[in-house]
Amino acid sequence: MEALSKDLWVLIETGEDGSAKSVGLELLNPGRRLADAQGGALVAVVVGCQTEAAVKEAGAYGADKIIVVDGPEYRHYTTDAYADALYALVNKYGPTTMMIGATNVGRDVGPRLSCRLKTGLTADCTAVDYDEDTGNIAWTRPTFGGNLLATIMCPDHRPQIGTVRPGVFKKGERSQDRQPEIIREEIHITADRIRTRVVEVIRELNAENVNLESAEVIVSGGRGVGGPEGFAPLKELAELLGGVVGASRAAVDSDWIGHVHQVGQTGKTVGPKLYIACGISGAIQHVAGMSGSGTIVAINKDPDAPIFQIADYSVVGDLKLVIPALIKEIKESRK
Amino acid sequence: MNILVCVKQVPDTTEIKIDPVTNTLIRAGVPSIVNPFDAYALEIAARIKDTMPDTRITLLSMGPPQAEAALKECLAVGGDQAYLVSDRAFGGADTLATSYTLKCAIDKLEELNGAFDLIFCGKQAIDGDTAQVGPEIAEHMDCPQITYGVEAKVEGDEVLVKRETGEGYEILAAKLPCVITVTKPSFNPRFPTIKSKMAANRARITTLAASDLPVDSTRIGLKGSPTKVKKSFTPPQKQGGVTIAEETCEASARKLFELLNTAHVI
Repeated sequence: MEALSKDLWVLIETGEDGSAKSVGLELLNPGRRLADAQGGALVAVVVGCQTEAAVKEAGAYGADKIIVVDGPEYRHYTTDAYADALYALVNKYGPTTMMIGATNVGRDVGPRLSCRLKTGLTADCTAVDYDEDTGNIAWTRPTFGGNLLATIMCPDHRPQIGTVRPGVFKKGERSQDRQPEIIREEIHITADRIRTRVVEVIRELNAENVNLESAEVIVSGGRGVGGPEGFAPLKELAELLGGVVGASRAAVDSDWIGHVHQVGQTGKTVGPKLYIACGISGAIQHVAGMSGSGTIVAINKDPDAPIFQIADYSVVGDLKLVIPALIKEIKESRK
Repeated sequence: MNILVCVKQVPDTTEIKIDPVTNTLIRAGVPSIVNPFDAYALEIAARIKDTMPDTRITLLSMGPPQAEAALKECLAVGGDQAYLVSDRAFGGADTLATSYTLKCAIDKLEELNGAFDLIFCGKQAIDGDTAQVGPEIAEHMDCPQITYGVEAKVEGDEVLVKRETGEGYEILAAKLPCVITVTKPSFNPRFPTIKSKMAANRARITTLAASDLPVDSTRIGLKGSPTKVKKSFTPPQKQGGVTIAEETCEASARKLFELLNTAHVI
């Protein structure tokens, strides 16, 4: 389709309580720069149920306009309701660019939407820039298990759409004083259009603690942790730092911890500010999922562990001694 | 059940090395494997077949002629018949052109074999990592999709799928036909037997070229692809990491804390 405006849209994903997920608010930050570059408005698109809090946050983080689609059918995410609503909005307003968080939700609805629009989608980007020469967005993303980066453009189709990895961008400055224009769209999806039915929701034990993709601190354990009980000090350290516990495939395959904690090629891709790898050798499959982290600390007994090649701080030592000592240092500093 | 499993042959990305001089990928000598997520998808399909013996599993791949090897591997662990979509005209396809081509191949297979009840794909291929082809096939077919599945069972005219969410799992039900993409389940794919391996080696794989499929030639290959790769490059190597190996672990922990604190990381 032809773009009807130069606007850039950011999808604000919401939780079941109607609040904004972090990634959408993060994307408003690069979204501001790109919207200015392409000469359009920065538009937040909020889809959910009872979304007042999310709308307020989208405004506070700098959206010029906010398009709101609110209704009970959007409380629990379904592919059909979200794809239908977004498709209707894009057809009506014709944005030039659209950014979506690369969460399980974003990566479920993104390709459904782009395919219906017969446009291009670039998945799981870690950098987003405006190309002055062509006026396109240059989407950069890792491929080949993180061994290669590719920059991709969508020159002849609009909107150009990308999903962007959570945690890559930090939220911009929050201000209550902004006065965004709020547009409410009454789009309601009938029950027969929604072709999947939620039978059961299973929250992992301490589910609030495993949201790896939006975590700012992750303390991850691998084979060197030694067993399920070995994760207890990691959990304590993570909690002290306001973070969550991750794991390598080796630890998950040994049933020491659930798969929702797994970081790496067959687990989650993460980008926290601080990643502490404990007893993880650093197989490329693991590194593929965490190399985008801000600061990487590795603790390993083996001085030749490959994880040290990508670490900012390499601690050669026994994690069973290092971690309790580190916990002690942190606690003492806070007294 | 009439089940289709889509399979991609991929380079084993864990074996890829970077040429230290040119800073490019060394692809020569890298083994080709069945995309691991597709192997999981096939295993979940094979488990449905275990409980519903009147099930046929058709395998579909798109790629160069040597992708036959991947299909044969899959025939040895649950597949009943296999088709390879292969033509230079499909080269350079992005996910939209790929999913369109596969949809046309699915139309053709449905003419030959009847409509599919379930279509399984891996959640993503480990070379491209896009996770887009499965949902795009579902969109082309206008049927429901369930992504990030780890278990599936059929009950009546519905499929029940356990899927990963950001917070744990959910169980979704959808009417057949449905497209399901699969992430790593709690079990491993089965091994072939000597007998199943030999049978797979003898199996004939049907190749479908562009002329065999009802494709619109403007929607395939490079020219049917809205996205274009402008450049690719190897990520910059991390420089200047600090090694901490003090006399005692306590001293190392103290130094780490001081460094992190000074750098305002904690």
